[in-house]
Amino acid sequence: MSNEFHIVVCGSIVPDPLQTLEPVQGAQGPELKNEMMLPAVLDPWAGHALYEAADLAVKNPGSKVWLVSLGPKAKLQQVMMNIAQKVPFELVCADGSASGFTDSFEVAKVLAQSIEGIQGMDKSKLLVFGGWQSASRGSCAVMQMVGEMLGISEQFQGVDKLTAGGGGALEIMERIEGGAYQVSVCTGTPAVLGWATGELPEPPNNPQVGMQNMRLVMPALQQAKPANVQGSSLTFQSVELPQQRRETRVVKDMPVDDMAREIAEWLNS
Amino acid sequence: MSTILYLAHTETDGTLAKISREALTAAQELAEGMGAELAVGIIGADVSAAAESIGSCKARFLGVSGDEFSQGRYASDVAAAEALFKVVTPDVVVAPASFRFSRAIPGLAVRVDGRVDTHLTGLEAENGNPVAKRWFYRQRMMGEFAREERPWILTLDPGCFASFEGAGSVDVELVDAALPEMRTTVTGIQAPDADEQTIRPDAKTLFVAGAGWTKKQSDGQSHVQEAEEVISQFLGVTKASLGSSKSLVDISGEGQAVISFLTHLHQVGQTGSTPRHTKGLATCCHGEEPHVVGWRFINERRAINTDASCGWAQGKADVLYVADAFELVKKLNELLA
Ligand SMILES: Cc1cc2nc3c(=O)[nH]c(=O)nc-3n(C[C@H](O)[C@H](O)[C@H](O)COP(=O)(O)OP(=O)(O)OC[C@H]3O[C@@H](n4cnc5c(N)ncnc54)[C@H](O)[C@@H]3O)c2cc1C
Repeated sequence: MSNEFHIVVCGSIVPDPLQTLEPVQGAQGPELKNEMMLPAVLDPWAGHALYEAADLAVKNPGSKVWLVSLGPKAKLQQVMMNIAQKVPFELVCADGSASGFTDSFEVAKVLAQSIEGIQGMDKSKLLVFGGWQSASRGSCAVMQMVGEMLGISEQFQGVDKLTAGGGGALEIMERIEGGAYQVSVCTGTPAVLGWATGELPEPPNNPQVGMQNMRLVMPALQQAKPANVQGSSLTFQSVELPQQRRETRVVKDMPVDDMAREIAEWLNS
Repeated sequence: MSTILYLAHTETDGTLAKISREALTAAQELAEGMGAELAVGIIGADVSAAAESIGSCKARFLGVSGDEFSQGRYASDVAAAEALFKVVTPDVVVAPASFRFSRAIPGLAVRVDGRVDTHLTGLEAENGNPVAKRWFYRQRMMGEFAREERPWILTLDPGCFASFEGAGSVDVELVDAALPEMRTTVTGIQAPDADEQTIRPDAKTLFVAGAGWTKKQSDGQSHVQEAEEVISQFLGVTKASLGSSKSLVDISGEGQAVISFLTHLHQVGQTGSTPRHTKGLATCCHGEEPHVVGWRFINERRAINTDASCGWAQGKADVLYVADAFELVKKLNELLA
């Protein structure tokens, strides 16, 4: 027997991790230098959540996937050109800052409101997915608050595996300390799952899926409502890059035996 | 007078983990700096041993106990935290950023109409108000910040404060946490056997294996089986913790020969972990920025790579040994055995 899930994935964009990031003081607080110019990618853990959602939807016919994104819509549009080719979803966009310096509570409020507003979403079938941390704020706090705001008290973080049983029960594996997993069984939806890496590779681009998605992505971007995430008193006294350049000693022409001895001494010291 | 509530959970053996004791030191120092009262709230199957182990701390002690609280589960943990909160009505809550509390404590902010900041690496009082520090953009930059909203809920990362030591006898006021119907049951923990466990958070050294271990070597062949033996021998003699680059753990998804004991849990970096060890030795790993951000808390760094201009040479390691890791680590194993 299969289940029908309404899976809402919360995920936004982050600067490409290969970019050098530098903080600067903006009008509303700290931001990244040339933030709007930096190439962006879908937040990696949210990406895993999206691919897991799509896979779950395929395995459970009648299920549906939405991607709820809070971000500047011009940048979201760029990233969607790529992501929309991966798996089928419907985009819900809130046009606002995707900065790592915004208050997690404010972000959760916008996401929860966006989810509440989804036409045709049945809360009794709802699985709220997202990354367990973002590559921007990295708080591991937004998903829990979204869940609370939606009244969902079955919540899991650092999820690497979800197995949906016949009777609607969900078996979930969450990361815990020391490379171990906690295994839980939840009686069914609604639930919140913050994903870690999951088990699926990034799907290859599929232009057909892309075309199908983009028919809905473009109107979703056009209809995006402006989102205000400035409603907190959070103030930064400083944001600084760490002193990270080391004076690297490059050891080249030393016999391997001597290198081994040097490393052994260092390890034992 | 303002009040700080320190929250902790017991481990399965009824003790408090080091990260929890560290968070207590932070809470205590903050209370002193703010001139605030401190209350301690512990959640667990039986909280008495944990409370006694920190009994010398001058605070009001509260607890939520019972079998339902023996394991980490969002619904019961957040209900317990809420019950403790309601007795104390604190201005600030300080808790460890353990996996269990990282799951549950942020939700408390919504229940008590507060705000939350997590994974702090610093916390102190300035002019009687808390000021917090944490990393942004995956350890790329450090921010120092404050806010006016109260209650302010804070979780602290490990390794940033001294561990609180000081047992003493205490009376714990037990608080009832009304639980709604529990829809989730924790059915077990899946952990590798102790001698197969290669993620060792308490180890002095992190050993990182990169994708080079599986690449074609100078003889035009790859030697994955040999790599596996060399690495596991090293881990056996040093008891180091094993980490990996993303490229190496991703190979398993691509159907190539792989190092059998590596999983995504080993991945260090931007989309992996940020472990805390005194020393780190990177082998066959290029040292690209998305990987190296995971080394933020590794002080002494050395790398072995055949490429003298790899990322580690660009100010990311203290020493780079330009050598074949197969040969060098084998030698190292002989010396350390
Ligand atoms: C969104 C995103 C997130 C990412 N997150 C992460 C992350 O969390 N963690 C991470 O690690 N990466 C991450 N990356 C990938 C990162 O950019 C690099 O691609 C990756 O770290 C490279 O892994 P590597 O150094 O093991 O492999 P390679 O780049 O293939 O390097 C292999 C190295 O092995 C050396 N080598 C080969 N044979 C030998 C030998 N016999 N002896 C000594 N040296 C040898 C080579 O000289 C080379 O330097 C991310 C990338 C993106 C885009």
